[in-house]
Amino acid sequence: MSEARLHTPLGGAGFKGYVSFTEVAPTGMIALRGDLANATVAEAVEAATGQGMPAARRIEGGLDGGAAWASPDELLLFVPQAEAAERTAALAEALATQHALVADVSDMRAAFTLKGAHLRDMLAKLTPADLSPETLPSGEFRRTHLGQIAAAFWFEAEETAHLICFRSVADYAFDLLKEASEPGGEVGYFSI
Amino acid sequence: MLKFTCPACRIEACESELVNGGEAHLTRSGPGDSDEMFERYLFMRKNPKGVHFERWRHAMGCGKWFIAARHTATLEVFGTYPAQAHEPPADVIAAIKSRYPAWEGFK
Ligand SMILES: [Zn+2]
Repeated sequence: MSEARLHTPLGGAGFKGYVSFTEVAPTGMIALRGDLANATVAEAVEAATGQGMPAARRIEGGLDGGAAWASPDELLLFVPQAEAAERTAALAEALATQHALVADVSDMRAAFTLKGAHLRDMLAKLTPADLSPETLPSGEFRRTHLGQIAAAFWFEAEETAHLICFRSVADYAFDLLKEASEPGGEVGYFSI
Repeated sequence: MLKFTCPACRIEACESELVNGGEAHLTRSGPGDSDEMFERYLFMRKNPKGVHFERWRHAMGCGKWFIAARHTATLEVFGTYPAQAHEPPADVIAAIKSRYPAWEGFK
């Protein structure tokens, strides 16, 4: 099983257009549901990811160690893939007396890293989310949909973003992103 | 386009990020109630051309249910509030009344 987990759904596929993107290496992901205002939960999150509790809609850290706010009682944690199982167990142990749920969901999603000056314009073709820098500054973890599928993305910097979606629709997401990133398709609304 | 601000995550979500859950503030009926009351609870729904209260779920987002007050013909939105509320909050009622003084109330 550990062998199978080293395979991402698209085998690390990428595309170079006016926005370039690649599927990222296998990433450990842990779903955590519980009382986010609870100090024990915050300590457990920090122990697992090295990050503090994110404010509403924010992500602390990133794919190599991060805590993303998914809902008022839910976080998605990013940890090194090789340590996902161990850290899930440690989290479950730390929250054993809490009303909380911890699950290793490393195999559940595909993740992409996207780069380019026209990133906001490209994503705006695919999602109803407001891509303006005021509404979606760096570190804002936006859950929405991309075409027909649920997805979440966040800007790490103005020209770098990360996007996750369910594994089963990874090829659909790839095709959408590719189509929207084809050279000649620049919009020039958010970036000129 | 219909847009609501989700009270759970404060994102201004558009209709395609949401799922409609039908009329809000239904009175539940159960064991001991008459057939008429049970029928009303299960099947009878308001269908106003006017102010309406609906349950919505931020499905492509934080996943939480909430209640929205809107006008079904003009698509004006008077406010959104948590699904746990038993009745509309005062500011939502005030927003509706300032726009539609003749509005008869949510019941
Ligand atoms: Zn929400």
